[in-house]
Amino acid sequence: MSRSDATLMLANVSRRGLLKGLAGGSALLLAARWDMGMASEKAQFGAGAMPGGWVDNPNVFIHIDSEGLVTIVNNRAEMGQGIRTSLVMVAADELGADWNRVRVRQADANQEKYGNQNTDGSRSMRHWYDPMRRAAAAARLMLEQAAANQWDVPVHEVRAQIHKVVHSASGRELGFGELAKAARELDVPGRDALVLKSDGELRFIGKEAGLVNGELNAVPPKAVDGEDIVTGKAIFGADVDLEGTLYAVVARPPVYGARVKSVDDSDALKVSGVKKVLRIEGTGQPAAFKPLGGVAVVASNTWAAMEGRKALKIQWDTGPAGDNANYTSDAYRKSLEKRAQSPGKVIRQSGDVETALKEADKRVSATYYMPHMAQSPMEPPAAVVRVSKGKAEAWAPVQNPRATREGIAGLLKMDLEKVTVHQTLLGGGFGRKSKPDFVTEAASIAKEFQGQPIKLQWSREDDIQHAYFHAVSVDHLEAGLDADGKATSWRHRTLSPSIASLFAPDPKHKGEFELGMGFNTMPFSIPAIRLENPPAPAHVRIGWFRSVYNLPHAWAIQSFAHEMAVAAGKDHRDYVLDLLGPGREVHNLTFGDGWNYGEDPDLYPIDVARMRRVIERATKEAGWGRKTGQGRGMGLAFHHSFLSYTAIVFDVEVSKKGEVTIHRADIAFDCGPQANPERIRSQLEGACVMGIGIALKSEVSFKNGVAQQDNFDSYLIPRMPDAPNVVRVHLIDNPDDAMGGVGEPGLPPVAPALCNAIYAATGKRIRRLPVGDQLSS
Amino acid sequence: MISLNINGQQHELDVPDNMPLLWAIRDVIGMKGTKFGCGIAQCGACTVHLDGVATRSCVTPVSAAKGKITTIEAMADDAVGKKVQQAWLDLGVAQCGYCQGGQIMNATALLKKSPQPDTREITEAMAGNLCRCGTYNRILAAIEQAAGKQEETSS
Repeated sequence: MSRSDATLMLANVSRRGLLKGLAGGSALLLAARWDMGMASEKAQFGAGAMPGGWVDNPNVFIHIDSEGLVTIVNNRAEMGQGIRTSLVMVAADELGADWNRVRVRQADANQEKYGNQNTDGSRSMRHWYDPMRRAAAAARLMLEQAAANQWDVPVHEVRAQIHKVVHSASGRELGFGELAKAARELDVPGRDALVLKSDGELRFIGKEAGLVNGELNAVPPKAVDGEDIVTGKAIFGADVDLEGTLYAVVARPPVYGARVKSVDDSDALKVSGVKKVLRIEGTGQPAAFKPLGGVAVVASNTWAAMEGRKALKIQWDTGPAGDNANYTSDAYRKSLEKRAQSPGKVIRQSGDVETALKEADKRVSATYYMPHMAQSPMEPPAAVVRVSKGKAEAWAPVQNPRATREGIAGLLKMDLEKVTVHQTLLGGGFGRKSKPDFVTEAASIAKEFQGQPIKLQWSREDDIQHAYFHAVSVDHLEAGLDADGKATSWRHRTLSPSIASLFAPDPKHKGEFELGMGFNTMPFSIPAIRLENPPAPAHVRIGWFRSVYNLPHAWAIQSFAHEMAVAAGKDHRDYVLDLLGPGREVHNLTFGDGWNYGEDPDLYPIDVARMRRVIERATKEAGWGRKTGQGRGMGLAFHHSFLSYTAIVFDVEVSKKGEVTIHRADIAFDCGPQANPERIRSQLEGACVMGIGIALKSEVSFKNGVAQQDNFDSYLIPRMPDAPNVVRVHLIDNPDDAMGGVGEPGLPPVAPALCNAIYAATGKRIRRLPVGDQLSS
Repeated sequence: MISLNINGQQHELDVPDNMPLLWAIRDVIGMKGTKFGCGIAQCGACTVHLDGVATRSCVTPVSAAKGKITTIEAMADDAVGKKVQQAWLDLGVAQCGYCQGGQIMNATALLKKSPQPDTREITEAMAGNLCRCGTYNRILAAIEQAAGKQEETSS
């Protein structure tokens, strides 16, 4: 199989009905995809449109040794979503491997060999499910062919079973290990020769532990890294241990864009264990993934480096930071709230909103605020880099190994081939580790210590103060209702600095991929709609945070829909189902969105019926409408993001002192076909807890350009007592649609659902996050 | 010289008295199961046992670590620790796993002190251990399972 074969476009030759068949797992000749004569079309959507595309060559991903040990390469970052288990399980199932004889090898950064490795956008499973099944099906066919050759029988007479190939006519069988060498020497079969397993033949995919057909099902297979995690053996970024390692920390400019004016390192160098102090050149604005600059302290252990850093006397020049040095988030919020009162760039318009608002029997208006937040994975950024003889080697917990490799090569002015990036486990990512600035920073130190590994450790203070912050946002909404409370008009102005400001001169407006996260794709059926995006400049590094701009958009829209229901005197669920209108599929282009998470709109329309179904399921499971008693109430929110559908109902009690107790969360989720339902549940449970933190506690504020929070005693994230007493995840059985994302879509509806529940319990409307002490007054 | 007894083994270290135990364990001795998360005893990722008591190693100077230190690497050899680990695996608690060593250390210390904790006691005891992946509901369930198993074996 040639490289060009391997990068043939998948998504744009697959019409929806075709993928429906595949996603359902029914046996289907893959040839159908290639026979449509469109393979020469340029990839526009899906995995094929990603840099590096996809690869399904079995020799790249699957290796079997003579003992029968199957090694499957995982090319995606493992950051807690369980992809090292789930994707490997997909291949192992198709191959017919005994799970106890499967090992996982993590791919180094190599886009040419492994296809796209950028693990974000909730796309690992939806982009790699098909290629991994094809790779495994090809490997299985090669094993069968090897057996047929050895027995001198036609290949259709032999069949792979669990970890062996059998010829039932003669009763002969050979293990995968016995066939491996001969199979490896065969040509890889063409895709037209592959037949995927039928649903009934699958042992792991889509299954959950429990009784299946009267037998106890040992699936999903136990987590690949589970044993290592609970015994302390799992290797994260800072756990890489190389002979002769030196340890580094960096003092970075407190304001985005500032530079070192002068440094007195005399006291730092007196600290026991400190070896060297050096300046790192900053790259100014926009920072992209480059180091912020500052002063590095290199020592014989991390603590000595940290003590040395404390002893530095640094004068910062805030001149190059410009306006950033005056950035105070409270004043900024007020300026955005004021700006939201006048029109902005029109993003989407239908009907005459101004007239409809004037003629409305009732008008509802509200402004919502969501602050900056830091992703703050439990593992702060850390990396090990060694530069030697014109080569660089890095060990790092990164979501984007390609960008890491390019960053190091660019900094050291080396060819890409001279840079090796080994991917460790990530102690959480949430978007922070999509930016490999910390690895490039380590490389900039390591180049001064030729041949010696440098382990760079960010402290928690570094992590919070120098995050790529979730964009602060103001959303202002107005709606007109008729005498029956029915919505006649909807005007939404959204204001946030753009992530594009990280890479280019600040556009001050959201880009298509930001608006497309639930703003212009808002599916309510209202006669007059006008969506605007007034400008909002960036003053800090803005970056992806799990589910990104879906967070403010869902927070505002879902809170406001509840406010409209209250104003109309209607039940919230009934009201939003009416706002959504009848089940229908809406093409994203109808909404002015040309992004659609990079996917083909024919495969992935916005499906109002699926939206309605998760709302109906979550409310039903939660016992929507039941009496909850004084100080207790239920709240609902829902959202479409990353091509999946989520609805949440919270049952919440608020004490007289304002303490929030979450009795229960009911989450209904539809991501289409499910590869590993158990890990889908865990993602939704986790997103629920993270969202509770966003609603109740988490905020990074700024004063004169400096983040005012610096550790977990001031930047608050959820703790065990904040979690719901009960979380129930209700997965919608839907094998018929195309596969959606899982890691992110659970998060956006959490904060509005919780605040709607708080309103139901107390009558107090939250419009500014976090809730903090707003309930105690 | 600082003398540390870790997992039954004696270590003589040439480190300053005020070096936090965390960094002595990680960078000097080279055991990586104990994690750095915050450095100010706010997250619990660095939890070890000092004479059986859950202790934040990031704020414990080596000079104060006189006694038997136990880390996550030795939990499989501990009857209660082993049960807690098994409950973690059975319920698929871990997501990224970074905090889970500290969670297991804290949970094991709790169960040794209080073999049958109620929900409130567990929640309060575990409130100092952060998990950004949000696995709290499964952590709670796993501790309850481990406590139940203890009851079965002791009766």
